[in-house]
Amino acid sequence: MGKTTTSAALAMGLAQRGHRTAVIDFDVGLRNLDLIMGCERRVVYDFVNVINGEANINQALIRDKRCDALYVLPASQTRDKEALTKDGVGRVLEELGKTFDYIVCDSPAGIEHGAHMAMYYADDAVVVTNPEVSSVRDSDRMLGILSSKSRRAERNEAPIREYLLLTRYAPERVAKGEMLSVNDVREILSLDLLGVIPESKAVLNASNSGVPVILDTESDAGQAYHDAVGRYLGEDLPHRFLEIKKKGFFSRLMGG
Amino acid sequence: MGLLDLFRSHRQRGTASIAKERLQILVAHDRATRNQPSYLPRLQQEILEVIRKYVDVDMNAVSVNYEQDETREVLELNIVLPEATTTKGG
Ligand SMILES: Nc1ncnc2c1ncn2[C@@H]1O[C@H](COP(=O)(O)OP(=O)(O)OP(=O)(O)O)[C@@H](O)[C@H]1O
Ligand SMILES: [Mg+2]
Repeated sequence: MGKTTTSAALAMGLAQRGHRTAVIDFDVGLRNLDLIMGCERRVVYDFVNVINGEANINQALIRDKRCDALYVLPASQTRDKEALTKDGVGRVLEELGKTFDYIVCDSPAGIEHGAHMAMYYADDAVVVTNPEVSSVRDSDRMLGILSSKSRRAERNEAPIREYLLLTRYAPERVAKGEMLSVNDVREILSLDLLGVIPESKAVLNASNSGVPVILDTESDAGQAYHDAVGRYLGEDLPHRFLEIKKKGFFSRLMGG
Repeated sequence: MGLLDLFRSHRQRGTASIAKERLQILVAHDRATRNQPSYLPRLQQEILEVIRKYVDVDMNAVSVNYEQDETREVLELNIVLPEATTTKGG
């Protein structure tokens, strides 16, 4: 769907702007974030080790080699999902909150325990959606959980700020009426739009090489994520990549 | 674009609008039932049992609907009586 791709990109984008940022993999058992971040060979301790007191947070955090302000807290590959306890997660987030400006939590798929743990303590939530029926429906369910099962909801505090990030968007298919448009999705979910990330070859290239796609500044997806970070930080930027790319004379000649 | 292509694109147009329509219905239903209390199925079952003591209704003659908005909760109970019972006048 694009959650891990997005977590890596947003975390890198925030850190590049000088904010001390930690990105945490909540996908216990699968562990993909370290691959996308390109630090899989530097994993010694993980999130569950820290929760269980087998390592302290500074031993487990991996500092990004490209950006000093960015740290990765990997998930464990072996433990079962219940290893993430509400108390344990809360303690780790509190500890990180003392020294970090932003903590990005990469949620696992679905609306089960891991996803619940990733959202429970959130202040802001970025709902990553594809323009597809099942994905939009799941996002709406997640919105229901955000507004009823979070700590903020339980304590009757101000609700979590929710943002929509639509990814794998293909303007050509939208133009043909084959894909839900960004406005369709917005209308159904009624959320603020943080960004639209186009379907892009750059994403696979980035994950192949372990470089968050936002660092590929030439690419459409990289630029779209860059804008999304800017908007999150309050910049007023127009949405790009919503229209079909204009074909050059030659490709028009060849492609028909 | 050939005539065949035109025809094809015309036929394909519309799956996105079908998706949107289906989603609007689905999401509205999801939202309405989202916070419904967990006792609802049991409540429905027990009401059905009570009614069946008096009237010979179908197993699915009772439906219980719960809705919630900002200001109120609505519990809607719908019982379908068989035609014969209503004409006999109890
Ligand atoms: N904008 C995009 N363009 C093309 N491919 C994309 C795009 N975004 C994500 N993908 C691809 O989609 C797949 C899933 O992406 P990703 O791992 O980020 O999703 P996820 O939501 O974290 O998945 P999971 O629920 O399994 O954790 C990957 O193969 C990724 O390369
Ligand atoms: Mg993932």
